[in-house]
Amino acid sequence: MLKITRRLLALIFWLGITFLFLDISGVGKEWFGWMAKMQFLPNVMQLDIVMIVLLLLLTLFLGRIYCSIICPAGVLQDFFAWIAGWKIFRRNKKAKFHNRYRYSKPKTWLRLAVLLIFIIMIVAGFNAVFIILAPYSAYGRMVTALLQPLYIDANNMLAAWSEANDNYMFSVVEPNTLPSILAWVAAISALVLFILSIYGGRTYCNTICPVGTFLGYVAKFSWLKMKVNEDNCIKCGLCERNCKAACIKVEKGKPVVIDYTRCVVCGDCQQVCSKSALHLAPTSSNVSVAPATTKTTDKSSDMSRRNFLTLTAGLLYTAAIHGQDKTTDGGLAVIEGKKIPERLTPLTPPGSLSARNMQQHCTACQLCIAKCPNNVLRPSQSLNSFLQPEMQYDKGYCRPECTTCSEVCPAGAIRPITVEEKTAVQIGHAVFVKENCVVFTDGVSCGNCAYHCPSGAIQMVPDSEGYTLNSENGRWYDADGNMVDTRNVPMIPSVNTEKCIGCGACEYLCPSRPFSAIYVEGHEVHREI
Amino acid sequence: MDRREFLKTAGAASGAAALAACGGNVGGSIAGLDPMGHHTDEVPIGKMTYRTNPNTNDKVSILGYGMMRLPNRQLDPSSDQRPTPAEEIDQEQVNRLVRYALDHGVNYFDTSPAYSRGYSETATGIALKASGYDRSKYYIATKLSNFSPAQWSHEEGVKIFQNSLKFLQTDYIDYLLLHAIGGGGMDTLHKRFLDNGVLDYLLEQREKGVIRNLGFSYHGDVTCFDYLLSKHDEYKWDFVQIQLNYVDWYLAREMNPNNTDAEYLYNELDKRDIPAVIMEPLLGGRLSKMPDHVVATLKQRRPDDSVASWAFRYAGTKPRVLTVLSGMTYMEHLQDNIRSYSPLQPLTQEEQDWLENEVARLYYSYPTIPCTNCQYCMPCPYGINIPAIFDHYNRCVNQGTMPESAQAANFREARRRFLISYERTVPRERQADHCIGCRQCVSHCPQNIRIPEQLRRIDGFIEKLKQGTLTSAENIE
Repeated sequence: MLKITRRLLALIFWLGITFLFLDISGVGKEWFGWMAKMQFLPNVMQLDIVMIVLLLLLTLFLGRIYCSIICPAGVLQDFFAWIAGWKIFRRNKKAKFHNRYRYSKPKTWLRLAVLLIFIIMIVAGFNAVFIILAPYSAYGRMVTALLQPLYIDANNMLAAWSEANDNYMFSVVEPNTLPSILAWVAAISALVLFILSIYGGRTYCNTICPVGTFLGYVAKFSWLKMKVNEDNCIKCGLCERNCKAACIKVEKGKPVVIDYTRCVVCGDCQQVCSKSALHLAPTSSNVSVAPATTKTTDKSSDMSRRNFLTLTAGLLYTAAIHGQDKTTDGGLAVIEGKKIPERLTPLTPPGSLSARNMQQHCTACQLCIAKCPNNVLRPSQSLNSFLQPEMQYDKGYCRPECTTCSEVCPAGAIRPITVEEKTAVQIGHAVFVKENCVVFTDGVSCGNCAYHCPSGAIQMVPDSEGYTLNSENGRWYDADGNMVDTRNVPMIPSVNTEKCIGCGACEYLCPSRPFSAIYVEGHEVHREI
Repeated sequence: MDRREFLKTAGAASGAAALAACGGNVGGSIAGLDPMGHHTDEVPIGKMTYRTNPNTNDKVSILGYGMMRLPNRQLDPSSDQRPTPAEEIDQEQVNRLVRYALDHGVNYFDTSPAYSRGYSETATGIALKASGYDRSKYYIATKLSNFSPAQWSHEEGVKIFQNSLKFLQTDYIDYLLLHAIGGGGMDTLHKRFLDNGVLDYLLEQREKGVIRNLGFSYHGDVTCFDYLLSKHDEYKWDFVQIQLNYVDWYLAREMNPNNTDAEYLYNELDKRDIPAVIMEPLLGGRLSKMPDHVVATLKQRRPDDSVASWAFRYAGTKPRVLTVLSGMTYMEHLQDNIRSYSPLQPLTQEEQDWLENEVARLYYSYPTIPCTNCQYCMPCPYGINIPAIFDHYNRCVNQGTMPESAQAANFREARRRFLISYERTVPRERQADHCIGCRQCVSHCPQNIRIPEQLRRIDGFIEKLKQGTLTSAENIE
């Protein structure tokens, strides 16, 4: 019963969160956005006391079921282990149970050391690299980097079908621009989790995962725990042999020992026990002594399975990182792709308050990046903000009607912001690069940056002195008092940095290629107009 | 390659651009079955109406083949560079269309060095050769298309003409036109033809018989048209090509002060006994892709006739018309037009009045952009796909699928459809928001559309749609 309920809930959470990351239609965040907001570490990062207390109370009540149900990386490992336990992969195909695990001594020193370093790094604000160990964000990176590209490809195939049949069910979505380092990090995480889980079940959760360690020591004090009724127990060791957390120790003549810091309350032991000796019971209930059984050894991994599984994982990976952009041609002028300028200060989205706030809170789960409809957010590749989102305007700009990233962020790195508030947050300011401007390179009149600036921060002014602006009609006059035909005088953009919000419309829509003649420089601390 | 296969290829190849380019009679096929299941309307052979050119006694088919909207095919079908694949002219298909046209009595083929990215003359030459018809059985019209200032010298003009002979694989041109005089006004006319002696050279060639008929095509500044006609005694124009259709007859000037009513142009030619070659009888297909309301009005009178056939019969009814050009991309357009003219059933005076007044006004009551997808503005140096943007917009207006106000019941669905189909038709970096207003396209547009202003108007509408700030009061108007 426990196992079935656990599996059902885990499946719901797992599919929900996976869909939340994959989804490109916008319904994912409506339906399953709350699941990301329940993740432990992101809530710690934003000090959401209410949610942290709720999760701690849950753990104090039932033990580490968070790890079994809510954490998508935990469920992913159970999934891998479940597949590895299929009969076709077993050496002894007749056995009723797999019997592939064994009690292992707790690696207490390692667990506490990792947790300690992790906490120190986060408190010190240097969390970007160590955040790679965090389970939920690791899962987010895997889905975003390895699965979403396939999902988008499939969608785009359906969109082509949809277009051919003149219906509007599916539309083409441009794939996110992701650096290969993200795919590597995600692939290595996936591979590590895969190998650890098919051999050792929850090894990762019980040795490395800082959230697992923390909740494990909380779960030690939980009210309900898995208890062995020693009167019924025949010390057969089935529970030990099938405990993926390797936390049950069965010895003849000794009471069964369960390490509750590692137990994830999955209910597998309860299911395999032929004597119904295991139950979730309050801490106060008794555990009696009974004779122990002998151990058996059963190594159940063979080369073919290993090869098969690594091969599949490899295929998945290569399929995920194939190229994204194609250039177009026809009876049309060739358009050179935009190149990203070097920004002294990286741009972070409105709501992230400051580069520091982003660095300190973001767990690099990639949810905002997967959800950005304008292809603006990208994982950073610099060390102190590793894989955290930063903004680039070569494929689109931060459109005024969109607040998606602030809606989905579970970690408080991008705080909720309204469309109205967004118009007053200065995340950066535009800078003009005269050498690139088509007014000079092509000798045409332009002004597209000024035309599209949503905050009216750009005005076109004559390139040379000697002109005066009539404040009443907004026209320019030369020294002789004649109205200037602005098509004949080179007009260049002038940026009012007091009004500029750094949305990047000017940079994206600038006709100059590959480098725009106007680009946005970030603000370390966002300002309010 | 059969027709279905061709349509598939052409459709896939040029996507929306091909759709836009089909100056055609979509949804207006006349072919049908009788109650016994037999075809009632085979495409007739030998019934074509001909007009006589009084200067050379050429018997010219009233349907002329415009070689401007030739079928394209994707260069590398596997590359799938949607939505603008590399294209080339589908020569096989051009050969087939030209041969079919000749078989059904069409004998006037109108091309230009500028058409179809510069490949039209070559494709036309190949197709005519491949048809097996004797050179005397058809008439070739081409133009001196020296639009770029770099081509305004005498040498360049001569070179363009000599190249035409070469590309068309012929040693004489039946009909040669000064291409699109009026663009840029008198100044440009002087620079292109009068001051550099290019016109004198062409007159010389006519003396020698290399040019059998000399004329000009006109768009834009009417002073140029008037000027060249005032010199008729000196130049002896053999024909003049004008834009004529029932919506431009009385209303061209009213809709855009820079344009001239077809009534004026036609009557000026008629006064001087100059044969008129008609272009844009369908306005680039826009008179076949009419709003539902207009379609119903036309269909009510002649349920079996295509919407386009009205426009062709209208143009053919004018007695001074020598031939009516149609840029036929698809076999179905060709067949429908052959039916309309085999033989021509002239419109009654009442029908003409009705089209010129009521239908034309009804048509103009829809706020479409008068783009005929002639591609003269292309390629835009900044990569904007101007005709595709206008076509998408016009189609939504004509189909009545414009998302009109946030209060309307179907607004969400209409908005979604509009935005998705916009993305499908035009890739992001070729959309209207990338227009910088450099105005290089403006002087190229034969319809005198204020292209940058129209692009910004459409972009403004799309911004409102995206930001959800469209209210019932401020629609695209």
